This record gives sequence, C-alpha cells and structure tokens, in this order.
Amino acid sequence: MESKITQVQGSAVPVRGPDIDTDRIIPARYLRTVTFENLGEHAFEDDRVGGGHPFDDSRFQDTSILVANANFGCGSSREHAPQALMRWGIKGFVAQSFAEIFFGNCVALGLPCMIAAAEDVIRLQEAVDADPTQEVVLDLEKQTVSFSGDSFQATLPNGPREQFMSGNWDSLGQLLEGGDQIDAAAARLPYTANFATT
Amino acid sequence: MGKTLLQKSWEAHAVREMPSGQTQLFIGLHLIHEVTSPQAFQMLRERGLKVKFPQRTFATVDHIVPTDLLARPYVDDLAEEMIVAIEKNTEQFEIPLFNTDDKRQGIVHVIGPELGLTQPGMTIACGDSHTATHGAFGAVAFGIGTSQVRDVLATQCLAMAPLKVRRINVDGKLADGVSAKDVILHIIGKLGVVGGVGYGYEYGGEVFDAMDMEERMTVCNMSIEGGARVGYVNPDQTTFDYLKGRPFAPQGDAFERAVEWWKSMASDADAVYDDVVDIQAADIVPTVTWGITPEQSVGVDGKIPELNGLAGAKRQSIEEALEYMDFEAGQPIAGTPVDVAFVGSCTNGRISDLRAAAEIAKGRKVAGSVKAIVVPGSQQVRQEAEAEGLHEIFREAGFEWREAGCSMCLAMNPDKLQGRQLCASSSNRNFKGRQGSPTGRTLLMSPAMVAAAAVSGEVIDVRGLLSD
Repeated sequence: MESKITQVQGSAVPVRGPDIDTDRIIPARYLRTVTFENLGEHAFEDDRVGGGHPFDDSRFQDTSILVANANFGCGSSREHAPQALMRWGIKGFVAQSFAEIFFGNCVALGLPCMIAAAEDVIRLQEAVDADPTQEVVLDLEKQTVSFSGDSFQATLPNGPREQFMSGNWDSLGQLLEGGDQIDAAAARLPYTANFATT
Repeated sequence: MGKTLLQKSWEAHAVREMPSGQTQLFIGLHLIHEVTSPQAFQMLRERGLKVKFPQRTFATVDHIVPTDLLARPYVDDLAEEMIVAIEKNTEQFEIPLFNTDDKRQGIVHVIGPELGLTQPGMTIACGDSHTATHGAFGAVAFGIGTSQVRDVLATQCLAMAPLKVRRINVDGKLADGVSAKDVILHIIGKLGVVGGVGYGYEYGGEVFDAMDMEERMTVCNMSIEGGARVGYVNPDQTTFDYLKGRPFAPQGDAFERAVEWWKSMASDADAVYDDVVDIQAADIVPTVTWGITPEQSVGVDGKIPELNGLAGAKRQSIEEALEYMDFEAGQPIAGTPVDVAFVGSCTNGRISDLRAAAEIAKGRKVAGSVKAIVVPGSQQVRQEAEAEGLHEIFREAGFEWREAGCSMCLAMNPDKLQGRQLCASSSNRNFKGRQGSPTGRTLLMSPAMVAAAAVSGEVIDVRGLLSD
C-alpha cells in the first residue's frame, strides 16, 4: 500500500552533463540478474572509474535528491536504472528534462522527477557543491524546489503529480480496478477473435 | 476532422479514463524476454496474480544468449540463471517460449514481425525500448520498464498519457548506397535526441511508401533514440503482402477481413498533426555517428563539427564526445581506422541487411586489423541467409558467422568490445560503454557501411564499393 507523496526532502547530489543514459546509470552487465536487490552499489560504476564522480564524494553519501541537466535517463527502458539510484538512496529528482521511459519508470517506483529551467538547475548544482549538507525540498504541491534562502519553479505533468499526491502511484492497483472493462475492451477489438465474422 | 493512426488505435484500445487522467490502454500483444521479466513475474507471484491473457503473450530469449558457445549450462552463471528463470516463469504462467531449441527464436523485435504476431492497428508492449520497431506495421508499440511488464502481465493494460504526433515526410528517392539506417540517423541528426519527447513519430512520404517492411522496421526501431516513445508507418499493400501467410497472421477469409480493418486504422488524409517536418531524400547520404549520442552524426563525406562559435552546453557536449572518442573537431570521419565490425541487432539484423552487407563483402577480404562478426537477428533469418549462401560469402571474406541474438549491441552476453576498441556497428546506440567495454567506442552506420569498413579497415564511403 503506497503512501501519498507531496514532497521530497533531504540533501542533494549534482550529477552534471546532458544525455546521461541508462547504460551509464547502471552498466548492462548488472542487468544479468533476476532481482533488483544488489543494484545500488553499482550505480554509475563505469563513470566512477578514475575518481571524481559525485557518487564517490564523501560529502554526498546520504543524499536523497539527484540534480541533473538535460535528457537525464535517456536510452534503454531498463527499470534497473531508477532501481539502482533508488537503492543507492535517491528518493526524488530535479532536472532540466528527463527521458520519457525513465520518467515513467520513476513514477512506478514512487520517485518524483521535477522539471525546471536549465539555469535554475545549474544554480542548484553549484549551491549544493558549495554546501552539500543543506536541505533541499522538492514540493509537489507548490511545484517548487527550495534550498538555503532560494527557490525556483519546478513542474510535474498533471497526471503523475496527481498520482503522487493522492497516493495512487502504484499503477498495478489502479489498472486492476479496470476489472470487467478490460474484457469488454478486448471483446471490441476484431483481432482478439482473429477477425472471425460476428 | 480526420484522425491519425495513433488516435484511432488509442480510441480502439481505451479501456477507461483513470482517476489520474491517464488512459487505461489495452495491449494487443505483449512480447517478453529474459532481462526485464524475472522481477515482473516475481511481483505477480508475490501478489498472487495470474497472467490475464496468456494467449496474447509470447516470450523469447535474446539479450544474454551467446552467439557461439551455445551449450547449456552457459559459461556465464548469471546468464544461465536468467534463462532458467524465463523457462520456469513461462511454464508456470503458461506462456509460449521460443527458446534456443525452437527454430522461431531470435531477437524479440525480429521474430514478432517474422511470425506475423505484429499487426497493424494493435497496441504492443515489450520491456525493451526498441519495441518501437513494430510501429513499422502501423502498430502503436511501447517500450516499457519491468513494473509495467508486471502491469501488462496482470491486467493486459498500461496506464498511459496520450502522445502528440509529429508527421515526418521524407520525399524523393534515396540514392544508391543510401539506406533506411541513413534515413533515421539523418532524422535524429536534424531533430535531436530530445526532439521526440512527448511525441509519437509518424513517418511517411515517397521514401517510406517505397520502403519494404525491413527498411521501415530499421527506421521505426530508432524512434526512441530521437526521444519519441513510439514511431510508425501507416499500413499499406506492402504491409499486407508481408503478413499474408505468416504463422500467426489471420488466414483465408479472416485475412481479407483483417486487411479491411487494418486499412481503416491508417491515418486519414485529413488527419491533423501537432507538427510536420519535411525532409528531402536528396539530402541524405551514408551517415556515421562520431560521438556519444545518436544525434552526433555526419555524412561519410563530411567532417566532425568545429567548436568555433559554439558555447555552453552544446559546446560541452561536443567536447566531452571528442575526448571520449579521441577525435578532433573538424576531422573527416572517412579514413577513421576501426578495430571491430558488427553486422546485426534489432535495427539491422534481418535478411535484407545481411544481403546488403554480403554484397559488399563478396570477393573482398576483412582487413587484417579488424575482427568482423555477422549476427543474424533470428534463427529464421540465419536459415534463410544460409539458403542463399550468404554465410559462405561472409566466411570467405573473413567475417565470423554467428548464431542469432542481440550480441554486441549491448554488453549482456560474451560479445563485447575490449579496451578502447572502435567498432563500426549496425546497432542503435553509441553511448559510452554501450558495447561492453567501459572505454569502448561505437560508430553507428548501415550494414553495408559496416561491411565496407570491415574490408577497408577504416570508415569509407560504401558508394565507392558498389558494383555498377
């Protein structure tokens, strides 16, 4: 039974660069698994080789919010990507833009992805670098992101926003409620009866 | 007012509007593979649920299968665990599995169409982003994540918000040596990797009218690389002729009735689009990616962009790509030496792709410095290719002739790049580390261009190698 999500708060980690794809978020070799259990420690593993990645920065070890630039999560539909980040500790995202399938996978996991202007996101990344311990708040109701004495507008499309705030973000429960209507829809489609004459 | 195929299919499959405002959409065909399904089946077990429409669900194995050492148990324990999981899950939930011992097995987006499972007008879902491939048939085909796989298994539905539609017209005639792969790379180069977000892409115009189904599949396959979740071509006589007689397609009178329904699902002549883009075939040349996203491409006779005059995120993006790829701004792409050549993938692993590569390979030899592999997209493609003697052409030239699977597209099976190897590849993604080495490098191009690079040892304009 999932709960209402009206905001996400905690410290934040900046992950810079456009087009950070799902192969970088979780390398494909870790998709050889029948559970999602051990993915957290492998997030960004190949990007982290050679040091300097924010996920290896001791200042960012207990963060809940990931701050990214454009087209975050592009590439594969693999849910392993948001699963890895969630299991690392991330509970919400703010970025200039998200890839569509990644965004949808996050909704399924209860992880809000808020969209903000490029320059606001960059300002937040810099602020967090300067003071990693500050609390950042993603407010779904007000559609804002706030941090030490500063804030900016950040949006979620209406459907997902409604789902998070009402606690109805578990799609399976919602879809099961379709009940008989699902069978009715199936019966209306000519190909489900292999185009038999009526 | 006329409707697009997307609108018609959406309305036909809408179960109800959900409280969130999304549509509960019935899914006509659910395709499953071993990577994104184990956790979904487990979630069903945990909730005591069954598969609602096992008769609309088909499974295969493709991502983790080796393309050479096929003996079980697989050398890779983790791969073995995954294939065992799908065997058990499909048995428990009574879903047909086209396993490696079944002649119908292959890459999921190759076998769906081959078997006549993929049909116009239907909604299709699969836990893989290249599900858009099936749009070539005028289907609305969604790539989904594991939780959504769970949803479709349990309810045969997805919760989706409607998409806008961008109509992309490509008119004129493609020149010799210019292929469907070049068309989609060109489109992505123009519209960008985020251009399609929130849209479905409807491809049309003279070039698409003239394409065969495999060419249409190549284009639709990479819609997701352009940010578009779905991409499709309206069904026409080419589509119906392809489907006729396929094992899971309607037969006899039912086929004729199906054709009428399929025709009715095509976009109306007066359909209204959210955006329209017009592209001329004459502007499309053999195209090669030089960077780390599919939009970073250039014609084979062109140069990697200069940095002069670029600033901010755009400049940064290119600098990052140049550093990773070890290329210089302004450098011509032709003449770049390659280490590996890969013909295959759900983008370009079908019989026409293998024929195109074989035409270039025939009578030539793979350069000494290059490791070249040809991976048929399915067992059926492999059989067909062998019946035409293509395997002998490839072997004679020095290409390795492999078994069917996803292979070197994506690093989940033994076919991987090593170290900084640079691969001429007919696959769909050139992201850092995509092909199995964290520092490996990928140049995306058509299968004929891959073969040309293999025999030359470097990126070369395939048009120079075509016989008159």
